[in-house]
Amino acid sequence: MPNDIQDPAEPPMGKNRVEFSANYLKREKTVSNNSTDDNCLVVKGLNLFYAKTKQALIDVNLKIPRKRVTAFIGPSGCGKSSLLRCFNRMNDLIDDCVIKGKIYLDEEDIYAKKVDVADLRRRVGMVFQKPNPFPKSVYENVAYGLRIQGINSKRVLDEVVENSLISAALWGEVKDRLHDNALGLSGGQQQRLVIARTIAVEPEVLLLDEPASALDPISTLKIEELINQLKESYTILIVTHNMQQAARVSDYTAFMHMGNMVEYDQTDTLFTNPSLKQTEDYITGRYG
Amino acid sequence: MTPTVKNHSHHISRQFNADLEEVKKHMLEMGGLVEKQLQDAINAIADADSALGSRVIEQDSIVDAMEVSIDEECNLILARRQPAASDLRLVLAIIKTVRDLERIGDEASKIAKSGVKLSERGEFPNGVAEFRQLGNRVKKMVNMALDAFTRYDTESALSIAMEDSDVDNEYSSAMRSAINLMTDNPDLISKVLNLLWAFRALERIGDHAKNICEHVVYLVAGTDIRHEDLATVATKMRPTSD
Repeated sequence: MPNDIQDPAEPPMGKNRVEFSANYLKREKTVSNNSTDDNCLVVKGLNLFYAKTKQALIDVNLKIPRKRVTAFIGPSGCGKSSLLRCFNRMNDLIDDCVIKGKIYLDEEDIYAKKVDVADLRRRVGMVFQKPNPFPKSVYENVAYGLRIQGINSKRVLDEVVENSLISAALWGEVKDRLHDNALGLSGGQQQRLVIARTIAVEPEVLLLDEPASALDPISTLKIEELINQLKESYTILIVTHNMQQAARVSDYTAFMHMGNMVEYDQTDTLFTNPSLKQTEDYITGRYG
Repeated sequence: MTPTVKNHSHHISRQFNADLEEVKKHMLEMGGLVEKQLQDAINAIADADSALGSRVIEQDSIVDAMEVSIDEECNLILARRQPAASDLRLVLAIIKTVRDLERIGDEASKIAKSGVKLSERGEFPNGVAEFRQLGNRVKKMVNMALDAFTRYDTESALSIAMEDSDVDNEYSSAMRSAINLMTDNPDLISKVLNLLWAFRALERIGDHAKNICEHVVYLVAGTDIRHEDLATVATKMRPTSD
């Protein structure tokens, strides 16, 4: 892998600050121990165009550490959702969307010809802003992914459904109504059901696109708590407009603006002492 | 990114700008009052003015009330705005500075108490001239620390903070002369002790002024330099401070 790709553990902009004080050195070390060598996703020279004329992503380079939460923040239209959708090739579904550059998942190029996109989307699951359960029972929603893989053994399905619902912190609320229609659940429950459905197929990466912005504050906290638990097993990427949410749930934060990756650093650093004025202006609500 | 006085008030929300400006203004008003309290306390001893000393002691409650009310303002800003980055550091620096100012106020009223006692007993021991000198020096430190805060000036904050060790040395030498004086004239012991306590209060005020300077560096550079060797910090900071 080339060295010019932004690595959150060694922020190029933060060099001075790192040397500046012993405390920073200590903190820097504890993080780099568990992140530098194990990157789940690596983005290299990524450019994305819609209709040839509109460039949505401009030469994005970054490494996303495994089993950590990485948040993408930035104003509307900055390209964060476009970037997120590149990771499971959702942009393939858009006509005249052209992608240049590489994305590696476990050092494997996901845009290579031999890649099975359906399998990629199993490995890289996605949850959207609006909960989208199927109009089926709670049980069938979670079992859906396994059924289309041809797994129909009741014993296996029962176990996966229970485990996934437990992981999604929903089991206690739905265990007595597994065969009720999922559309009867509340919005927050539906969103956790969708997460359970996603993790039932054992993905490696979870892409969360504004997963809590349609939910009330309590449901939002439940989702945030869930993200915290899920990062033990999955690499999580989250797009959010709620900066306090990014500050609370993520380990790393990337600030994007007009298709550029402006600053990418540890969340604690980015929200208390960002390197660039542009980042500072955005997170503190200034007009620059 | 390093905040400057100018771009610190460029929020989209004008109310937020106004809130931050207001709390900063109140902190500086409190600073002004504390400086005056300190000056009066020093004069109470140097001019043997017990009325002035009593007034300083009375007015300490105003300083205390200001601390409480500025803290309250900061609480509201934290709760309403959830400030980030330099805004967050500004609010935290104000909370800490206000605490140091309140303690300076307490020390000033201790000095004033010594002044009242000394002037009630008439004749002053030797060392009043030295006291006035150190007092003026410490008062200047407080004044310049607050000035560095208003101007977000880390360079001058650091150099003021480094003066604190001189103040400590002068306190030690005052203590040595006091011990000699007391050994030679046992009948002066209670008077000399009163003056020595006032010296000790000045030394403490120097520490608080140094703390304020450290808050300024934290606010501007985002680095916590408490408990670090200031000379080392200064050499490391110079290349990044502009």
